[in-house]
Amino acid sequence: MSALYVLILVSLFVALAFLSTFIWSVRKGHFDDDCTPAMRILLDDAITTENPAKKPS
Amino acid sequence: MKSAESVLDKQIPAKPSCYHCGEECRDEIILSDDHEFCCQGCSAVYEILNENNLCSYYAIDGSQGISPDTTYFKGKFDYLDLPEVSEKLLEFTDGKLSSVHWLIPKIHCSSCIWLLEQLNRLNPAIRSSVVNFPEKKVRITFDCQEVKLSELATLITKIGYEPYISLNDIEGTQDEKWNRTRLYKIGIAGFAFGNIMLLSFPEYFHLSESTSDQNLRTLFSIINLVLSLPVFFYCAADFFKSAWSALKGKYLNIDAPIALALLCVFLTSIYQISTKTGPGYFDSLTGAVFFMLIGRYFQDKTYAGISFDRDYKSYFPIAVTVLKDGKENRVPITELSPGDKMLVRNQELIPADAVLISSRALIDYSFVSGEAEPVERQKGDTIYAGGKQTGLSVELEVLRKVSQSYLTQLWNNDTFTKEKENQNQTLAARINRYFSSVVLVIAGLTFLFWFFILNQHETAFRAFTTSLLVACPCALLLSSTFTNGNLLSLFGKHRFYPKNADAIERLSHIDTIVFDKTGTITQTNEAEIEFVGKDLTEDELIMIKTLAMQSSHPLSRMLVKKLDNITASRRMLIQFEETGGAGIKAFWGNQEVKLGSSKWVEQVEPTEKVQDGSQIYISIDRKIKGYFTLKSKYRPELAKTVSVLQEEGFETYLLSGDKQTDRSILLPIFKKDTNLLFEQKPEDKLHFIEYLQKKEQRNVLMIGDGLNDAGALRQSNVGLAVSDDINNFSPACDAIVEGNQLGKLPSFINLAKLGQRIIKISFAISLLYNVFGLSFAVAGKLSPLIAAILMPVSSITIVLFTTIATNISAAKWMKN
Repeated sequence: MSALYVLILVSLFVALAFLSTFIWSVRKGHFDDDCTPAMRILLDDAITTENPAKKPS
Repeated sequence: MKSAESVLDKQIPAKPSCYHCGEECRDEIILSDDHEFCCQGCSAVYEILNENNLCSYYAIDGSQGISPDTTYFKGKFDYLDLPEVSEKLLEFTDGKLSSVHWLIPKIHCSSCIWLLEQLNRLNPAIRSSVVNFPEKKVRITFDCQEVKLSELATLITKIGYEPYISLNDIEGTQDEKWNRTRLYKIGIAGFAFGNIMLLSFPEYFHLSESTSDQNLRTLFSIINLVLSLPVFFYCAADFFKSAWSALKGKYLNIDAPIALALLCVFLTSIYQISTKTGPGYFDSLTGAVFFMLIGRYFQDKTYAGISFDRDYKSYFPIAVTVLKDGKENRVPITELSPGDKMLVRNQELIPADAVLISSRALIDYSFVSGEAEPVERQKGDTIYAGGKQTGLSVELEVLRKVSQSYLTQLWNNDTFTKEKENQNQTLAARINRYFSSVVLVIAGLTFLFWFFILNQHETAFRAFTTSLLVACPCALLLSSTFTNGNLLSLFGKHRFYPKNADAIERLSHIDTIVFDKTGTITQTNEAEIEFVGKDLTEDELIMIKTLAMQSSHPLSRMLVKKLDNITASRRMLIQFEETGGAGIKAFWGNQEVKLGSSKWVEQVEPTEKVQDGSQIYISIDRKIKGYFTLKSKYRPELAKTVSVLQEEGFETYLLSGDKQTDRSILLPIFKKDTNLLFEQKPEDKLHFIEYLQKKEQRNVLMIGDGLNDAGALRQSNVGLAVSDDINNFSPACDAIVEGNQLGKLPSFINLAKLGQRIIKISFAISLLYNVFGLSFAVAGKLSPLIAAILMPVSSITIVLFTTIATNISAAKWMKN
């Protein structure tokens, strides 16, 4: 039965770890904008230098 | 000779569209690099992008570019380099790296995001730029030793994305952190709720009396207590604060019974645990806090990027050009003092009351008074702040400081200092007042009964607290917040943006609707233009359009718009001359073309005095060809909307800052002559609304658009701002609606009313749960298990019901 005490405490710490990651992500601003990243990921590097002919100006 | 009408309406097929902005090329087509452009601005942006190899901009969303603002002039952003301005604008700086957070209203598609995040390719001194699309903001981090703030602003203005910097950015305060605090609280409450539920399971299924089980029980109780501490002291703190401030003001708000229930349950639970008489009700306590916080989050849901609380500060520029010893300086307008000479350019706002030094100015007051046409002012006239100069630059001498100007004085009116949202007035709060007192009486009677008559003190306390807990008005709170929150997003889909849940509730009580005229029921920048006189040939129309295009006068611009399908010639006009307030003339070859007022065009006796609207006379080679009449164009759906509203029993009024000219057109729509009020100053509008509210006990919905309506919008029960571009200008208001959606106003009001009914029904549902729970609680038999089940089940039922009911009613009302 004593294993139960350990397990309960361990499960609590796991839950606390999740809570702290949540707080960390909110603090880092991950929830400030939930729209732009979704659009940004579709734009990435794929279209950068398709026309390397730089015109002399 | 072709008739003018057929030339005007002729469709010229397949005009090329601009490679940059996608608009149809109306006039001259500029060919550059095998692409067509509609104007110099567009092709200039293309060149910048092409040079920097950023042309995949066009590959993302097609031709979505923005033509740069033509009112830009060199040195426009110089004031940004002033230390007192940059200090306020920069979010962060360490002398090397700085970051700035700018609002760019023009952001509209994924190409915008892409381009604005590639700024470092245009200038390597820019380290990074991150766009927040819903808020239309960009955060730029740059090396401030290599690039100045003004250069940065100029760079993004050149590619079409002018940052919107107003006096508010410098003087106003911004709080961005509330959203995060709220998320922390929800996160912590959810975490505690989930864990306490898990740890309470053994208790629900009855632990035995053996020692090991008893030890487990103690451990679980202690962990539950510890977990509930942050919920009680941190997450629920707002409820206590709000209840306390209400009690200090000697009234009961919706948070008072919540706070009392939380406090009682918390204390009882501690008592039960310390005396080992029970497991406490921590699971229900944290659950209630968790659900209520989610409800609050919904309630305060707002639209990012739409500002509802704009005052004159958001309209005014930060800096103005001041002439000192013959030199132009950009000076922050807060430092403008009487006696300063300022230079105001075309389309710039006059920030302070001033005297005109230049010989003539044409001031567009549409922004302040609602008067559609610009007024002419002569040398020596006093010009009030808020007008926009149209045409050539003018010099002015400042009379009063910005903060003491006539327009800014309007904001000192009491209306602007008091808060419209009185929580006590909402439906939920009113029901709650009865509800709370009934619950308190029942709980009190239960307590007295158990304590004195049955003499069971322990049970008396338990029955008292559990009654409070089970009857906690959180289901009531949820029902109104979820219904209104849902309506908020449904309205948003139809381009109607109420500020918050409260505004919807106030909208449902409206019985009187007051319309503003200019810009609200008329269409901005659009007019009905008719030509009176001999038919014009196509050549003559080309002449007229080419000439009109040279002028920035609003009437000329409307005329150009009307002559849309006439291709302007690139032929040079000779001796172009513009006389403010009179007209324009130029030579077309050897023909003299004149456009303007009848006096200017040398028609001595105006043939017929047309009262409504304004006229542009035309003469070619000193021969009068006729005139165009311009009338403000009413929104086509206006008459129907107003009559639907009248049929439904709303009283409709019209308040206009304009002259009486359109009374005859508007009378059949509004029916009663006394309901049409013209020549109303901003204060008059405010006082009229106040009169309706106080003397006639009306709930007034004011619909307006400009700064001139700001006082009335604020005074009314619901102030609705009409805006054709929701991201641009709208005065302080409770709701914003897009101009072409105004016809749906009756549906909006009906849906708001239906929302109130849904709240009442869902309240009845939660009452059923409460009666069920209370019957156990009064009997002293409400175990933590039943409490823990009842709480989430009732909340979830309410949320489901309100969501489904609002969607069904929206589908019914918004179909057409």
